[in-house]
Amino acid sequence: MEKLISGLKLGLYQTFILDNNYQYFIRGIGITLLVTVCALILGLVIGVIIAIIRSAHDQQPVNKRGPVLKFLNGVCKVYLTVIRGTPTMVQLLIMWFVIWASARATDSNMIRCAILTFGINSGAYIAEIVRSGIMSIDAGQMEAGRSLGMSYADTMRFIIIPQAFKNVLPALGNEMITLLKETSIVTVIGLKDLTKGAMIIQSKTYQAFVPFFAIAAIYLVMVMFLTWLLGKLEGRLRQSDIR
Amino acid sequence: MKKKIVSAVLCVSMAAALLAGCGSSSSTSADTTEETTEEETEEAAGEETEAVEEASEESAEAAEVTTVTEGVLTMGTNAAFPPYEYYDGDVVVGIDAEIAEALAEKLGLTLEIVDMDFSSIITSVQSGKIDVGIAGMTVTEDRLENVNFTDSYATGVQVIIVPEGSEITSVDDLSNEDLLIGVQEGTTGHIYCSDDYGEDRVIAYTNGATAVQALLQGKVDCVVIDQQPALSFVEANEGLAILDTEYVIEEYAIAVSKDNEALLDALNAALAELTADGTVQSILDTYITAE
Repeated sequence: MEKLISGLKLGLYQTFILDNNYQYFIRGIGITLLVTVCALILGLVIGVIIAIIRSAHDQQPVNKRGPVLKFLNGVCKVYLTVIRGTPTMVQLLIMWFVIWASARATDSNMIRCAILTFGINSGAYIAEIVRSGIMSIDAGQMEAGRSLGMSYADTMRFIIIPQAFKNVLPALGNEMITLLKETSIVTVIGLKDLTKGAMIIQSKTYQAFVPFFAIAAIYLVMVMFLTWLLGKLEGRLRQSDIR
Repeated sequence: MKKKIVSAVLCVSMAAALLAGCGSSSSTSADTTEETTEEETEEAAGEETEAVEEASEESAEAAEVTTVTEGVLTMGTNAAFPPYEYYDGDVVVGIDAEIAEALAEKLGLTLEIVDMDFSSIITSVQSGKIDVGIAGMTVTEDRLENVNFTDSYATGVQVIIVPEGSEITSVDDLSNEDLLIGVQEGTTGHIYCSDDYGEDRVIAYTNGATAVQALLQGKVDCVVIDQQPALSFVEANEGLAILDTEYVIEEYAIAVSKDNEALLDALNAALAELTADGTVQSILDTYITAE
């Protein structure tokens, strides 16, 4: 027991105090959160656009689909298939070492590459989540909007999307949590995120377990915080339901 | 009310079961390992005399050593580090592999090589997944707090790879603020560069090959890595050169768990014999021809 405690003490000392190692964690949290939040915003933009195209296409009668809509729908389908069908790490490596081969390995370049890759990646998943939300709204809502003289775009913007957004919020929360944890693979391109910080400390000290437990706890707290925030948002959106 | 009580009881019992599960399993496993250790040493002590009679060249230490799998010396390495360890077909070969083979033979064990990420090797040693980590590892004070190292079996040199015609001509040029330095994650090159030039300019890749790839694309300006793999990388890729000046000179050793002093002693004894009879040197000479 005594040995265990002294081992733990040494572990904590080497993980946090020695050489100001705690700074790896602080910087890592910053980078992980930055990549996650920016990628989520980018993913939402991409996802909503694609979801609108896809659901507009799917909700039209077959003989009334215009050639432009058909083409856009085809492009979206290819994007969804490719992005959802290949591992994120492979996408990241391709983006960094092939598509953006000329980039210097500065922190800002690596962060940009990570945000772009994760944004494009999560856009594909968010697109399907949002589409399920739009499709779940009764067709009568659209008909009602249109018969009141609102344009298609206005009906979408003021009637369909607000209701759909509320429906998909829990699923979006899932995507956000997955994204936060998945950003740990940016270590392959050399970006110093939270996971990389733990690995650096481990290689310096050969301290096996404390760094890993430390980042596990930090990831957990971050996820809990984001979940709490999302719960707040859901509660706020539900206010109009309770009368 | 009844429901509440039932659920409370269930909760408590579940928690208790969880805790008990953790406690008992860990304690029993500890017990069994201790028991087996004792048993094996006893058995071994008995067999020792026979073994010595039967095969006199086999070292006495062989019988006392306990390993993760009985009769097998399991070695962890990162096989992207030529000529110390690399793949020839689907077999890991190289200086470390041959030295390990010779050591295992001395100890009367068969060798099994497990390829893993460099940064996972030590964790695996400590958690008892493998017996030894042999991957051109350098002894540092911080590391000695957590694992044991055998005596050194080879000398490593950290060198700098640059593109041909680079502005970098000596170690001093690395202090230029605009330069980015590529390293292999977890290597001493990584640690020394971080200490000397700051985290921001040091980019760590999971293996040496990726670091060299980044160098070829101009993502980084130079790569600091051990000399022997550097030679292999420069040979394989056109347009790269190694600077004449050495960055750091260091000693390679084998990492062993702190819980297995017997294995450490046995390995040191075997290593001393192999060094004395010239086996280590001849293995080094086979792979390192230049100079």
